[in-house]
Amino acid sequence: MAKLDSKTPQGRLSEKWTNHKSNINLVSPANKRMIDVIVVGTGLAGASASATLAELGYNVKTFCFQDSPRRAHSIAAQGGINAAKNYQGDGDSTHRLFYDTIKGGDYRSRESNVYRLAEVSTNIIDQCVAQGVPFARDYGGLLDNRSFGGVLVSRTFYAKGQTGQQLLLGAYSAMNRQIGRGKIKMYNRHEMMDLVLVDGKARGIITRNLVSGEIERHSAHAVVIASGGYGNVFFLSTNAMGSNVSASWKIHKRGAHFANPCFTQIHPTCIPVSGEHQSKLTLMSESLRNDGRIWVPKKMEDVKAIRTGQLQPTEIAEEDRDYYLERRYPAFGNLVPRDVASRAAKERCDAGYGVNKTGEAVYLDFAAAITRYGKEQAHVKGLDENDVVLIKKLGQEVVRAKYGNLFQMYEKIVDQDPYETPMMIYPAVHYTMGGVWVDYNLMTSIPGCYAIGEANFSDHGANRLGASALMQGLADGYFVLPYTIGDYLSDDIRTGPISTDSPEFDAAEKEVKDRLEAFVNNEGTHSVDYYHKKLGKIMWDKCGMSRNEKELKEAIKEIKALREDFYKNVNVPGTADEFNEQLAKAGRVADFLELGELFAKDALERTESCGGHFREESQTPEGEALRDDKNFTFVSAWEYKGEPSKAQLHKEVLKYEEIEVKTRSYK
Amino acid sequence: MNLTLKIWRQADANAQGEMVSYPIADVSPDMSFLEMMDMHNEQLIDKGEDPVAFDHDCREGICGMCSMFINGEAHGPDRLVTTCQLHMRKFKDGDTITIEPFRANAFPVIKDLAVDRSAFDRIQQAGGFVSVNTSGNTQDANAIPIDKHDADKAFDAATCIGCGACVASCKNASAMLFVSAKVSQYSLLPQGKVEATDRVLNMVSQMDEEGFGNCTNTGACEVECPKGISLENIARMNREFLTASLKG
Amino acid sequence: MISTTIARKVAMALSGLFLILFLGQHFTINITSVFSENTFNFLSDFMGNNPVVQFVLQPILIFGVVFHFVMGFILELKNTKSRSVKYVSFKGSANASWVSRNMIISGIVVLSFLGLHFYDFWVPEMNYKYVEFLPQDPDRYYGELVHKFHSPVRVILYAISFVFLALHLYHGFASSFQSMGLNNKYIRGLKWFTAAFALVIPAGFIIIAIFHHLNG
Repeated sequence: MAKLDSKTPQGRLSEKWTNHKSNINLVSPANKRMIDVIVVGTGLAGASASATLAELGYNVKTFCFQDSPRRAHSIAAQGGINAAKNYQGDGDSTHRLFYDTIKGGDYRSRESNVYRLAEVSTNIIDQCVAQGVPFARDYGGLLDNRSFGGVLVSRTFYAKGQTGQQLLLGAYSAMNRQIGRGKIKMYNRHEMMDLVLVDGKARGIITRNLVSGEIERHSAHAVVIASGGYGNVFFLSTNAMGSNVSASWKIHKRGAHFANPCFTQIHPTCIPVSGEHQSKLTLMSESLRNDGRIWVPKKMEDVKAIRTGQLQPTEIAEEDRDYYLERRYPAFGNLVPRDVASRAAKERCDAGYGVNKTGEAVYLDFAAAITRYGKEQAHVKGLDENDVVLIKKLGQEVVRAKYGNLFQMYEKIVDQDPYETPMMIYPAVHYTMGGVWVDYNLMTSIPGCYAIGEANFSDHGANRLGASALMQGLADGYFVLPYTIGDYLSDDIRTGPISTDSPEFDAAEKEVKDRLEAFVNNEGTHSVDYYHKKLGKIMWDKCGMSRNEKELKEAIKEIKALREDFYKNVNVPGTADEFNEQLAKAGRVADFLELGELFAKDALERTESCGGHFREESQTPEGEALRDDKNFTFVSAWEYKGEPSKAQLHKEVLKYEEIEVKTRSYK
Repeated sequence: MNLTLKIWRQADANAQGEMVSYPIADVSPDMSFLEMMDMHNEQLIDKGEDPVAFDHDCREGICGMCSMFINGEAHGPDRLVTTCQLHMRKFKDGDTITIEPFRANAFPVIKDLAVDRSAFDRIQQAGGFVSVNTSGNTQDANAIPIDKHDADKAFDAATCIGCGACVASCKNASAMLFVSAKVSQYSLLPQGKVEATDRVLNMVSQMDEEGFGNCTNTGACEVECPKGISLENIARMNREFLTASLKG
Repeated sequence: MISTTIARKVAMALSGLFLILFLGQHFTINITSVFSENTFNFLSDFMGNNPVVQFVLQPILIFGVVFHFVMGFILELKNTKSRSVKYVSFKGSANASWVSRNMIISGIVVLSFLGLHFYDFWVPEMNYKYVEFLPQDPDRYYGELVHKFHSPVRVILYAISFVFLALHLYHGFASSFQSMGLNNKYIRGLKWFTAAFALVIPAGFIIIAIFHHLNG
C-alpha cells in the first residue's frame, strides 16, 4: 500500500479550504444526473450529505438499518452545537474555535481539517435556522448560547436538551424534500453487508433487507460511509442498541485504513450502572456542568453512611464535601474537558469515595445553582431574597426551563428527584474519535469510498470537545463532502451506470450469504448477547479509562479466544430469510470482536497518554496524562492483513504550522 | 418480581397472530421494560424458541423506535415516557402484562410487536420541510429575530419523536397530532410560513391517503404522547388547513 | 373539499353549532310555557305559521339534522375501519373521557329521541296543518304540550334522552371550536360556557317536562 497521503492543500491554513474549493474539479449539472452515489447511514452526516448531494443533482441511494432515517442516533445528542458566530461578543473567532478543538483533542488531529471545520461552523447555524430548526432564543428574538467544557467562551447553540434531535430532524426534512422529488431513493431497514470493489474502486454495496432477509446488490460511482462510531464494542455505552461498526469494518477489510481505534471518549456525566440486567447507559448532558457542581464526601465514614442509606447527601455539610474538579482545576472547574473530568471521577471512586452501592458514582449537585438563580429571580421580581422556600421554588423553575427534560429523564430511570437531591453520575463510553482514516477530501484509502461524521477519525484527535460532534457531522455532510466528492466523480462522467451483474458483485454476495448461513446453521449454545457482554467486560476492564501494557496484552489474547469461541458456539435462532434481529446482531458482534482486538493493539502500541487514551505508564507525578510528542505526534492508520493481529501500522505524521504544541492544562 | 406476559406473536405480515402467555421470574424493579423483554428473549433463545421481535434503538426516549401497547396503553401506564423509559417498578409482583403491537391499518405488523410506520415518513415527504438548499449561503441566522414565545412553541411541537403513540392510542387511529406537530413547527416560524399553504394541504392529503382515521377530539393522543405534544397543535392545523383551502 | 378528514370535521362542527343554535331557540320558546301560557301559544303559533320559518328555516333545519347524523355515521364507519384488527386490551378510560369516546352512542340516543319527538309533535303538527287542513287555532299549543307529559313513561324517556343530549353537547360543543381551529386566550372561558350550556339547556328541558307532568 502506498504511503499515506493526506492531500492537504498548500498555502496558508486560513486559505486552504477556499483555495481548494476553487481549484478542484467539478461535475456539470447535466452530468450529475448520470452519477449515482450510495450513502450508508442517516445520522447528521449521512442525512445532510444525502440531501445536499441530491440537491446538487446526483442520484442518491441512502440506507439505514432503522425503520426511518429520523431515528439515527444523532437524535440523542443533547447539549448543543458549536459555531464561531461570536454573537455573545466574548472574543470568539474561527481561530479560537480551531485552537480550542486542537487543544481539546490533545494535539492529535489534523490541523487543516480542524481549521476547515471551524471555518464552516457558522454556515451550519445559518443553514439550520433557514431550515426551520427551532434553536433557543432570548427575549429579543435572537439566538441564545451556552458554554461547554474545555472552552472559555459561550459558542454553543442549543434547543433545550434536544439539540441533536432538532438538527437531525432538520437534515431529515431536507432529505424528505429530495425523497419527495425522487432524487433520493431511501432504503429503510436495510443493513450494509459488504463493499464491492471493481478495478480497485468502490462501486457498490451488498445489503440485507432486514424485514424480508433478502440480499440485494446496489451499485454506484461512489460510496459514502456515515454509519457512526463503534462505542458499542464496550456493550454498555450511551450509543443506541443498534449502533455498530460493521459498515466501517467491512470497508476496512476491503482496504480502508482504520485510524486511532483506541481513541474513545468516556463521558463523565452518565447515569451509573444499576445492575447486571443493564442494556445501555444514559447520558446526562455536559451542559449540566454549567450549573451542577461535582463532589464526593471528604470523609470515608460519610461515604459508608451514604451507601447504607443512613445519611442523605443533602445532610453533608459544605466543608465535608470534596468538590474535586474545582479543587484540582481552578481555572476551568466543573467545565474541564470530558477526558479530564472522567478520569478525576474514576480517581475518586478508585480511592473508595464512590457514593452508590457499587462504589461507582459521584454527585452532580444543583443546589447552589438553584439558590443562585432563585435569588436572581427574586431580585428581578422585587421579592424577598431571604425567603428560603421562595428562592428554592424560583430557582427550580429556572433550572426546569433549562434542563427540564434531562431532569425528568433522570427521575424516570433512577426514581429520585434531582431537584431535591443531587444526581448520581459516572463516566460511560460515549463517542469514538478514532475511525476510518480519510484524507482532506474525506476519501478513505479506497478510491471512491468516503467516510464522514463519527465514522471517520479526522477532527477530534484524542478527545472531542462537547457540542463538536454535531458540528462535525453537519460540516462534513452539508459543506465538505458535496464539494470534494465532485473532484473524484469528475472522472466518472463517461462511465455510465455500473452493472451489478459482474463477478465482483457475485463474489461479494456469495460471501455475505455464506456468512449468514453459517450463523443460522451453527448449532451453538450461547446467545449473541452473551458474547457481546463478555467482550464489553474485557474492553471496559482492560481498555477503558486507564490502560497498561499487561492488561492490554491480556485483552488481545482474551478477545481472540472469545472470537474463536463465538464462531464455534454462538446460537442464532431462526433463518436468514426472515425478520431476524438475532442474526443482524450476530453479524455486528462478529465485527466488534475483530475491532476490539485492533483497538487493544492500537492502545498497546501508543505508549503515551493523550486525551481519552490514558496509559498508566505515562503520567505526571500528580497523575495527569503525559503526552509524548517526540514519538507519537502521528495518526496510527491500520491496514487490514487477514486478521486484526496482523494489521500493519502506517503513520501519518501530524504537522502543526499555525499553532504551538503545548502541554494541555486546565488548571 | 414474578410476572405473566401475554404477548402478541405473529410470524410475519401475512400470518395469523395470537396472544401467547409466558411466565417470567426474577424481574428486578430497576429494569426498564425493554430490559425485561431482553431477559425474556434470552430465556426463549436458551429454550430454543423464537425470540419476540420488537423495535427499539436509543433506549433513552428520543429515537421513537420503540412502540408496544402495554396493558391497553401506548408505551404502558406511565406518563411522558416511551416504552424504553418505562421501568418495572411501575408493576407489581404477580401482575399479568398484556403486550400488543401498535394497531392501525396504516401501521401494518411486520413481526410480533414490530410495525411499519413508514406512513409517517411519506407524510413528511409530502411537505414536512422548508424548501431551502444547503448552499451555506443563506442569510445570517440572526437576520430575522423570532418572538421567543413562537420559537418556544415551535420547539415544543418539534419535539415529536414520531413514535406513533398518538395513532395507537386514538380510538380512531388518527394521525392528527403527529401531522399537526410538524405543520405547527413550521407555521410558527417565519422561515416556514412562506410555503405554509401548500404544506398543510399536501400533508393532510397524504395523511388521508395513508388510511388514518378522523380526529374526534378525544384528547387521548395528548395524554399518551411521550413528549406531551399539545392538542393546540391540532387546532392550529385545522385553522391552517381551513385558511389554505379557502385560499385555493 | 368535503373529501378530506379535516373538512368533514369542520362540517360536523358547523352543522352541530347550527343545531345548538336551534336548540337554544327551541328552549327559549319552551321555557315560556312554564311562566305564561299565552306567550307560549303566541310564539308557537308564530313559528308554526310564519312562511319563512316553515318553508325556509324548517327545511334547512331538517337538512342540518340529517347531515349531522349521516356524516356522524360515515365518520364512525371510517374510524372503525382504520383499525381492522382490534386490541385485545384497550384502556380508553385511561386517557379520554367516556363522553368523548362514545359520541356515537349519545348521538344514537338523541337521534332515537328525535324520532319520538317527531312522532309526538312534528308528525301530528304536519298532519294538522298540511294533510287534514284543520282550521288555525292559536291557542291549542299549550294544551297539546301539557297533554303529552301526562304519561310518566314519556317524561322518563325524555329525561334520559336529555341526559344523553347533555353528554353529547358537553363534548361536542367545545369540540366544535377545536375542529374549526379556534385556539386563543378566550378558549378557556369558551369551554366554561359550553359546559354550562351543555348542563343548563338539557336540564331546563327536563324541568319543563317534569313541571308540566306535575301541574298538568
